[in-house]
Amino acid sequence: MDLSPKQSSPSESTRFPDEVLERVLALLTSPKDRNAVSLVCKDWYTADSWSRRHVFIGNCYSVSPEIVARRFPRIRSVTLKGKPRFSDFNLVPDNWGADVHSWLLVFASGCPFLEELRLKRMRVTDESLEFLALNFPNFRALSLLSCDGFSTSGLATVATHCKNLTELDIQENGIEDLSGDWLSCFPENFNTLEVLNFSNLITDVNPGVLERLVSRCRSLKVLKLNRTSSLDRLQRLLVSAPQLTELGAGSFSEELTLQQHAELKYAFGLCKNLSVLSGFWDASALNLSAVYPACSRLSFLNMSYTALQSPELASLLPHCPCLRRLWVLDSVGDKGLEAVGANCPSLEEIRVFPTDPFDEDMLHTVTESGIVAVSQGCPKLHYILYFCRQMTNAAVATVVRNCPDFTHFRLCIMNPGQPDHTTNQPMDEAFGAVVKACKKLKRLSISGLLTDLTFKYIGEYAKNLEALSVAFAGSSDLGMQYVMEGCSKLKKLEIRDCPFGNVALLSGLERYESMRSLWMSACNVTIDGCRSLAREMPRLNVEVMKEEGSDDCKADKVYVYRTVAGPRRDAPPSVLTFSGL
Amino acid sequence: MEGGVAYEQGLNLKATELTLGLPGTGETEGQGGVRNNNKRPMPTSETNEEESQALAQIVGWPPIRSYRKNSLQENGMYVKVSMDGAPYLRKIDLKVYRGYPELLKALEAMFKFAAGVYSEREGYKGSEYVPTYEDKDGDWMLVGDVPWDMFMSSCKRLRIMKGSEARGLGCGV
Repeated sequence: MDLSPKQSSPSESTRFPDEVLERVLALLTSPKDRNAVSLVCKDWYTADSWSRRHVFIGNCYSVSPEIVARRFPRIRSVTLKGKPRFSDFNLVPDNWGADVHSWLLVFASGCPFLEELRLKRMRVTDESLEFLALNFPNFRALSLLSCDGFSTSGLATVATHCKNLTELDIQENGIEDLSGDWLSCFPENFNTLEVLNFSNLITDVNPGVLERLVSRCRSLKVLKLNRTSSLDRLQRLLVSAPQLTELGAGSFSEELTLQQHAELKYAFGLCKNLSVLSGFWDASALNLSAVYPACSRLSFLNMSYTALQSPELASLLPHCPCLRRLWVLDSVGDKGLEAVGANCPSLEEIRVFPTDPFDEDMLHTVTESGIVAVSQGCPKLHYILYFCRQMTNAAVATVVRNCPDFTHFRLCIMNPGQPDHTTNQPMDEAFGAVVKACKKLKRLSISGLLTDLTFKYIGEYAKNLEALSVAFAGSSDLGMQYVMEGCSKLKKLEIRDCPFGNVALLSGLERYESMRSLWMSACNVTIDGCRSLAREMPRLNVEVMKEEGSDDCKADKVYVYRTVAGPRRDAPPSVLTFSGL
Repeated sequence: MEGGVAYEQGLNLKATELTLGLPGTGETEGQGGVRNNNKRPMPTSETNEEESQALAQIVGWPPIRSYRKNSLQENGMYVKVSMDGAPYLRKIDLKVYRGYPELLKALEAMFKFAAGVYSEREGYKGSEYVPTYEDKDGDWMLVGDVPWDMFMSSCKRLRIMKGSEARGLGCGV
């Protein structure tokens, strides 16, 4: 498509009419492409603005809702992320901010066609949910992940008023669970649901209401039950909805008669389209065998809520020949991971979570042998999250030699500052091996005893790195400097308990405006350092959260992010904002 | 570098150490005198809770979301299982087992031993290892001595003892 006019006069109609341009641009869906397109010229900027349907906002404070609504008046779908990721681990005070309400107020008049809202780590109140349900007539899809501030009453208003709801996805939130009555608020003739995920909730829903709802919603593809759902109920639901592609089973520990087991197995056999399985709290080995008939097309198995042992996993995996993603607890042990290596040639992602993160007696549940075994059998592996209590440099080097395509490498050796347990050396060479071998590496989380050398390797080799997570590592400011100078594509950096001070902080001056955010806590940064940063870089917000009883000059927790909205006005008293403006 | 728990202390060898002592000495306190319940006397062993306390005190570490942490602790009845001579402990969820036969089979598979035949009078016969447990009162009992439900609600942890050490336990009360 060549738009450059042959004549010099720009008013010649060699330009496309706006409508045509919008139609063409509408075919571009990736935000990166759209952003690039909008920079070509004013006409293209305008065409993109009118035709953009989806906006992804990785940091809700990087832009104001007014700016978004003014630029994209016709958006249908918004994804908003709020608090820094370390809020998942209780490092961010409760009243920090990221309240969605101000966004909804602006969107109600500015983007009234809104259909989908996906929120992560935002504060959402029942009042906001009610406002959403009542002010957006076309609203169809709500997804809340790691949010807090609302209760099941808020869900009830959504169920009551959103006539065209297709998706209600409530995951891992700090929700006040008052009762399961919210499900009964869907009208009797309501039948448009395609996605229903209430696995987060504790209180039980009315089984009759649920069964009627599921049988009415013929387009239901995703159903994730909560823990209180019995196997009996599950069996009936599966018979009623064999078209499901994603299932979250409830509790799986009940004792079944032979007859019940057979019926459950039969029900699973009806589900020919299941590609995702999750849930299975307290699964017993016997009950798990009922699931086998449904596993032939399974691509994602999430067993991370039940302490599977290795024999159970070894029995289950041969039934899942297409498995690409697997999440388990470390209860499966190295033997279980050997079974993974032996049975899952197509595996691309594995996550191993700790059954009991605080129990130091639990030595050797999964070790370096397990991760090596997986890498030997699964050459397509590109995503790993591994919690363990011991690791060696040699094992990690072997893993990345077997699997050089890692894009996400997240290793958590749970004892802070722990060396290679066979050589007693730092784990520098392990992560050196990772960044040297894995040219496509985008996300890295490091742990163990680490000196500045690790960071030298990262800065030198991890040229595609976008996200780095660091804890209890490094020897001096140099460590952070290496990263800030070398990783030109870095977008997110989160650091805790490292000996990096003001020199390190200021070494990133050139970098922060092209990053989404920086988090530093329990490091050696001072208030003065933060002030200097803010002064030098007026388009950054520099926020400091002070801990009780700490020295006046210390900046205990620092959160730095680029923004076009200026310093935020909703910060609580515990958050100090430094701005160069 | 702050916050590190000494790595060397992680290998908690004391937990698998046998200690000699009169029954009722060691950790259990204030409960001298004769007991008139069906308990077999056993030596106690110490565990050092300090290391796990220290780790639990580092805020937000290890980086597990609270949702996941709560989800695991909620409904399970997890107890630690140790075996004399084995360098590691395991943890099992008692709720998953329907009775002693299933539990014993699982323990045998997990630690590669044979428990032998149980009888109330003689305990476990013909086996090198004997499954025992510590109950709520701090007493060590033979697995199988009390009804399953009572066992489930009173068992604090399991220990698979070497048969030679447990020979004195067969006397009952």
